[in-house]
Amino acid sequence: MRHALLIAARDLRERARDRTAYLLAVVLPLGLAGIFTLILGNLGGDGEIFRYVVADADRGQVARTFTDDVLRGAAASGVIEVRSVASAREARGEVEKGAATAAFLLPAGFTEDVLAGRAARIEVVGDVDAPTGTQIARSLAQTYTDRLAAVRLAVAATVHSGVTTAPAELAAEAAAGLPEVVVAEDTAARKELDMKTQYAAGMAVFFLFFAVQSGVTGLLDERRTATLARLLAAPVRRSSILAGKLITSVVVGVLSMTVLIVASSLLMNAHWGHPAGVALLVLSGVLAATGAMSVVAAIAKTADQAGGWQAVVAIVLGALGGAFFPVAQAGGLLEKLTLLAPHHWFLRGLADLAGGDVTAVLPSVAAMTAFAVVTGAVAVVLFRKVVRP
Amino acid sequence: MTVLSCSGLRRRFGDVLAVDDVSFTIAEGETYGLLGPNGAGKTTTISMITGVLERDAGEVVVDGVPMSPDAVAAKRLVGYVPQELALYPDLTGRENLRFFASLYGAGRRRVDEVLEVVGLADRAGDLAREYSGGMKRRLNVAIGLLHEPRLLVLDEPTAGVDPQSRNQIMENVRALAAEGMAILYTTHYMEEAERLCDRVGVIDSGRLIAEGTRRELVERLGERDRISLQLDGDLSHAATVLGAIPAVRGLAPHGHGLELVVDDARECLPVVLSAISTNGAVVRSVEVTEPNLETVFLHLTGKALRE
Repeated sequence: MRHALLIAARDLRERARDRTAYLLAVVLPLGLAGIFTLILGNLGGDGEIFRYVVADADRGQVARTFTDDVLRGAAASGVIEVRSVASAREARGEVEKGAATAAFLLPAGFTEDVLAGRAARIEVVGDVDAPTGTQIARSLAQTYTDRLAAVRLAVAATVHSGVTTAPAELAAEAAAGLPEVVVAEDTAARKELDMKTQYAAGMAVFFLFFAVQSGVTGLLDERRTATLARLLAAPVRRSSILAGKLITSVVVGVLSMTVLIVASSLLMNAHWGHPAGVALLVLSGVLAATGAMSVVAAIAKTADQAGGWQAVVAIVLGALGGAFFPVAQAGGLLEKLTLLAPHHWFLRGLADLAGGDVTAVLPSVAAMTAFAVVTGAVAVVLFRKVVRP
Repeated sequence: MTVLSCSGLRRRFGDVLAVDDVSFTIAEGETYGLLGPNGAGKTTTISMITGVLERDAGEVVVDGVPMSPDAVAAKRLVGYVPQELALYPDLTGRENLRFFASLYGAGRRRVDEVLEVVGLADRAGDLAREYSGGMKRRLNVAIGLLHEPRLLVLDEPTAGVDPQSRNQIMENVRALAAEGMAILYTTHYMEEAERLCDRVGVIDSGRLIAEGTRRELVERLGERDRISLQLDGDLSHAATVLGAIPAVRGLAPHGHGLELVVDDARECLPVVLSAISTNGAVVRSVEVTEPNLETVFLHLTGKALRE
């Protein structure tokens, strides 16, 4: 073990002097995460409040229910703000100049049309630069019109059954039985990570696979430069040489992830979650990355060849595991394949951690550890040929 | 006392028999040159001796300890200087030495001593990548000396270096042998082998085809030293006088002089010159020809050493 640590210490000293290592392990992932957040963060999220205006030209009961109950109720959740404007023209103007995310236009005669069973519509005018906020506005309006349709159906059915109660009273009773429209944050056990954390974590785990390459691929470099022959001639067990390289990969991986976590927390306000849970995920993720990259390096004949293959594997696993986009949402085969990527388990573990306690990460930790054990065992068997006497 | 004993070494790579039944010994303080053209099996032999490579057959014993790829105790007795520059370029010279010293359990004081020995003490803090080719070669050798091995194996340690570094390396090797270290040395430079090696083994196509001192090899081929003299005076009288000297094995006219075949030209030359001067002849020129290892090598393998 002493020799393995000496070999790892030497490797790390050399890596510390390699500027490209810092670029790959820290600067690139942090930079890309920042760029992704800047670009995609404008789509909404991260506590952004959508500001809506409503122009009620109808002022009838049904219109007031929408503005007072539906919109004010949703505003109570803190996710949206609603204010009334005098006219549809003013409402459009607010949206055009960016003062409002979207406008609800309730035309004159809206209540009358609804009560008479005629076609009635709520017009939503959205800001083209705020698609998420506009979509939420549409959903609110759609939900309300769906409720109105349900009420109409209930009233019509009751009237046809011979009940003598006035339709307006029936409508009021039916409407009272429908659920409220609420806009609120997800309270499920697994939360979606906020965008900054999602991209910081995605980039961190993606570049982790590049960062850990140096240790295991170093064995091929040492074979090329004959320092491996020198190590083999030294009173050092061959297993110690292998162990030293694996330790190097793990240490580089843990250091790179730690720096990225701290930096993204300070610079991007990313929220990684409970440190113990994050530590478990990082350690198991690093082991999984080391195992995967070791297998590739063990198959390759040269360090250059290994580097090329490792890049391909890292990109494919990263894309599959959702480091860039939530691939699992595509469903079907892709959703199943994503389970093969440690990236998926790492990000899922962080999401579980955000919605639960530290133990919530254990399934992900177990999956990544199993991945590491399998790939690590294969790599050790394959690497014996590199140090074979 | 024998430090290295290898017998019946054999190693096959697929269909190629790289080394076949190679046996030799090296004594304490002896420098043994292993000569052979490219692909002859030198590096494979060295790899088996240093425990880097498993052998198919044969035995290697270093200072009484059997060598194998897992023989940690035997490896402590051997210093290895590979043909390539086996250094870490992003470490300083001192850091390179300290790393290997730690693997062998050698102390920091020894690192400083070795830096002095190879003349790198003043550049020890520089990165190895910033060293000249000669300095890298010297550092390469220094690593092999760190643990004061009983056997030092040098695989073409002077390849591609400047004359100054080559001389320094050769002086180091000579001094180490004088201290009692057994040295196994391969080189493409015949003059190095002649200057350094007490005995040489010639390896070709995986087999050790000849072994001995330079003189033994030369004599085995029927080659002798020759002294060519250009003389003024009575040539026939000179021939009679010189032919009576016991060390002179043959004699023939050569231009305006004589060519003598002798046992050892350097020992014989003073006797020859003295005999001529006391018999009234005048020597105009002298040329001594000693058959060298290049001649031996060419004769044995049909190839020049650098082919």
